[in-house]
Amino acid sequence: MIQLKINGKSQSFQGDSDMPLLWYLRDVLGLTGTKFGCGASLCGACTVHKSGKAIRSCVTPMSSLAGAEITTIEGVGGGQLHPVQKAWIEANVPQCGYCQSGQIMQAISLLAKTPKPTDEQIDNGMQGNICRCGTYQRIRAAIKSAAGVQA
Amino acid sequence: MSTITNVSRRGFLTGLAGTGAFVLSARYLPEALWAETTPLGTTHAERSALHPDIFLGVDSDGMVYIIAHRSEMGTTSRTSLPMIAADELDADWKRVKIEQAIGDVKYGDQSTDGSYSIRSFYDAMRQTGATARYMLIQAAALQWKVSPSECTTDLHTVVHSASGRRLGYGELAQAASKLPVPRKEDLKFKTKDQWRYIGKGTKSYDLAELCTGKAIFGIDAHMDGMVYASVEHSPVIGGKLKSYDEKAPLQVAGVKQTVTIDPFKPPAVFKPLGGIAVIADNTWAAFQGRKKLNPIWDSGPNASFNSDEYKKELQQTARQSGKVIRNEGDVDSAFAKGGEVFEADYYVPLLAHAPMEPMAAVAEFKDGKVTTWTSTQNPQAVQDTIAQELGIPKENVTCHVTLLGGGFGRKSKPDYVAEAAVLSKKVGRPVKVVWSREDDMKFGYYNAVAALYMKAALDTKGKPTAWLQRSVFPPIASTFNPAAVQGEAGDLQQGWTDMPFAVPNLRVENGAAKAHVRIGWLRSVANIYHAFAVQSFGDELAHRAGRDPVEYLLELLGPARIIDLKAHGYPNYDASPEQYPLDIARLRHVVEMAAEKSDWGKRKLSKGSGLGIAVHRSFLTYVATVVEVEVSDGGDITIPRVDTVVDAGLVVNPEATRSQFEGAAVFGTSIARSGEITAKNGAIEQSNFDNYPVARIDEAPRQTNVYIVENDAPPAGVGEPGVPPFAPALCNAIFAATGKRVRELPLSKANLGKT
Repeated sequence: MIQLKINGKSQSFQGDSDMPLLWYLRDVLGLTGTKFGCGASLCGACTVHKSGKAIRSCVTPMSSLAGAEITTIEGVGGGQLHPVQKAWIEANVPQCGYCQSGQIMQAISLLAKTPKPTDEQIDNGMQGNICRCGTYQRIRAAIKSAAGVQA
Repeated sequence: MSTITNVSRRGFLTGLAGTGAFVLSARYLPEALWAETTPLGTTHAERSALHPDIFLGVDSDGMVYIIAHRSEMGTTSRTSLPMIAADELDADWKRVKIEQAIGDVKYGDQSTDGSYSIRSFYDAMRQTGATARYMLIQAAALQWKVSPSECTTDLHTVVHSASGRRLGYGELAQAASKLPVPRKEDLKFKTKDQWRYIGKGTKSYDLAELCTGKAIFGIDAHMDGMVYASVEHSPVIGGKLKSYDEKAPLQVAGVKQTVTIDPFKPPAVFKPLGGIAVIADNTWAAFQGRKKLNPIWDSGPNASFNSDEYKKELQQTARQSGKVIRNEGDVDSAFAKGGEVFEADYYVPLLAHAPMEPMAAVAEFKDGKVTTWTSTQNPQAVQDTIAQELGIPKENVTCHVTLLGGGFGRKSKPDYVAEAAVLSKKVGRPVKVVWSREDDMKFGYYNAVAALYMKAALDTKGKPTAWLQRSVFPPIASTFNPAAVQGEAGDLQQGWTDMPFAVPNLRVENGAAKAHVRIGWLRSVANIYHAFAVQSFGDELAHRAGRDPVEYLLELLGPARIIDLKAHGYPNYDASPEQYPLDIARLRHVVEMAAEKSDWGKRKLSKGSGLGIAVHRSFLTYVATVVEVEVSDGGDITIPRVDTVVDAGLVVNPEATRSQFEGAAVFGTSIARSGEITAKNGAIEQSNFDNYPVARIDEAPRQTNVYIVENDAPPAGVGEPGVPPFAPALCNAIFAATGKRVRELPLSKANLGKT
């Protein structure tokens, strides 16, 4: 049995400990805001936070998460809109929206480490998250707006 | 909910709280969410006090319900179409709820592709809104005992100005419902200056849910008691299963059983491919079980398909006479005269859609009926396909449409939905099918690979006196008829039959090619390779003549005129040529405007940088794009800036339109940089985003400026037309920067470096 916290709530995982966190969130807990895109840490759609840092839940086995504190898109605002989510809405970022949970979680993690990112730091911080609709220009603008830096 | 451009943010966010459609908490049942559209087969719109037609209802509490009958995959049509109806109704957008329609012929065409949504339903949406508004005015006038002509509306309220009396839509709905529904001829439509939303636009109805993880896509749908399935298909299309290990998968924790699905009988259409399904407690277990199947396949005739050889075949065919599609003047005599002749071959490979959400559906077969929840661009095709597979009437298939995590044409083909339905019947429970990314890459309905041959005879000034173009590609028709080898009018209308240049002697041809994979349509389809050849070749001629590419392009386009292609069987995207003519003046205008907006010829560019232009009409929309590229000494490219000018007639939702063209530049970047699907011995070689890369934030254009031409022409498409001119504009820019001409995509195969 693996004990961990998801969005502040204690959970006990019983099952195949090779199972990636993504499928525990989606299929067992019903937290479907975290998305499946590639299963191989190539697209970032499954990004969640472990102790506030972005990780790819599709390649993170449950066995590595004893005692972990996980935050998903459902919990990141603590019941309200996170400032980054507000910036996303303001900049009208999403098209289909499927990748945006992962984009937002990655951006929050980036801004926690780099509160005023340059364009290059945004490139480096966000290049692991694919948006097939091509909303990158608005993602960049939303990150800058949330960071309070000039677009 | 959702916002109108000038509504305060606070008002917008407050509005979000009340939104219904796709909001869910953790363990949801889609039934509860969309129940209104299911059990009685009625929508809330239909159950509202006033319900003049299938698309709209006004209830006594003043809520307005508008049906979104098209699929939402990111183009915002789910918002923009109801917004048109709301405008004609003079409704308060904050009191509008959007209901997603199930698949049902009563809504008319629901196949969300071809950039059709706005242009096909603009009139219908205006009519539905105007009809309800007419009836509400009539009801108020009766109550006030005044003439309806003395009454107007003001945001959800009927007003009698002379007396200052006002009645809200909710108060009038019941009385209005007793009145006859007016004929279309009697309706009074708003004039342009009265529009609240059309031409101004709103953000997506689902925006907040999309940013909070609450939006529901097909992969998120849930049915009580469902099991999860992952399906192993023959690596070669049409292969048949010989044997597999039935026991080993059952050793995987969570795996319940394996089930086979019969191979499809050609034509492929949208049928399930066939294969072995692993049924499990969760998606992960189903994926793991598949690894133990050890299947042995009889690959069949498509095992002979190798992309390298196939490419040579297409290129050889492109150098031989083909079927003549359009013929003007006498090309052969012009070439026979001697003088300078220039020819070039272009090539664009198979392309995969790779929407971020892989194919997914949940379906339940029960008592001879199927209920499914899925990300589909075409719910009526879901009904047809499942009905055919299971031998049940179409009416017995209820298809609920969720949001789509991208579509790009792939989700027009419901093979994966049919898999879920077939499996549910076999296992006796609801089944959720989730494709892996590898399944998505390997079992697509690919955009056709194409070889294109171009030949021009040039006068002393370098202008073409004769122009021959020949395209060769396996046609979409092959998916529906394996014998089909020739491009059909629907393929050839896309930038080939309608080649817009003014050349006295012109011949447009198409050669035959047999398909060995399922060929489908991907965002802008045949326009991708046709525009690449025509717009690259035009640029090559400009440079040969030592001319400025923009000036030369305008000369190629020739004088403002209407090109009449009726004699060539030109379908014109199913629009009347009177309403939507091929208008060279509009093509010229977007070129001139793109040159101006991009500071063409004036911009200071650094060494290794260049600008390229391309212009193209597709889906009745005229687009010119200027790309700025920087090529490093090592051959790496970056795209600092794109300027794209769009003439799509009346633009209903400018903000959504800008998003579509920003996205199209990124989609075009992916095609140009790295888009290539190949086959070896019939099996697709690519599997995931490592070997089928798509553009990432650091590779995409840094800044795409979208300029929308003010135009009162009827609305045209916006989802696709940004894609076709992008790749040629980029490659033309690369030539300007490096002197290297790219005739084959993707760029990842070209050496653009200095060594």
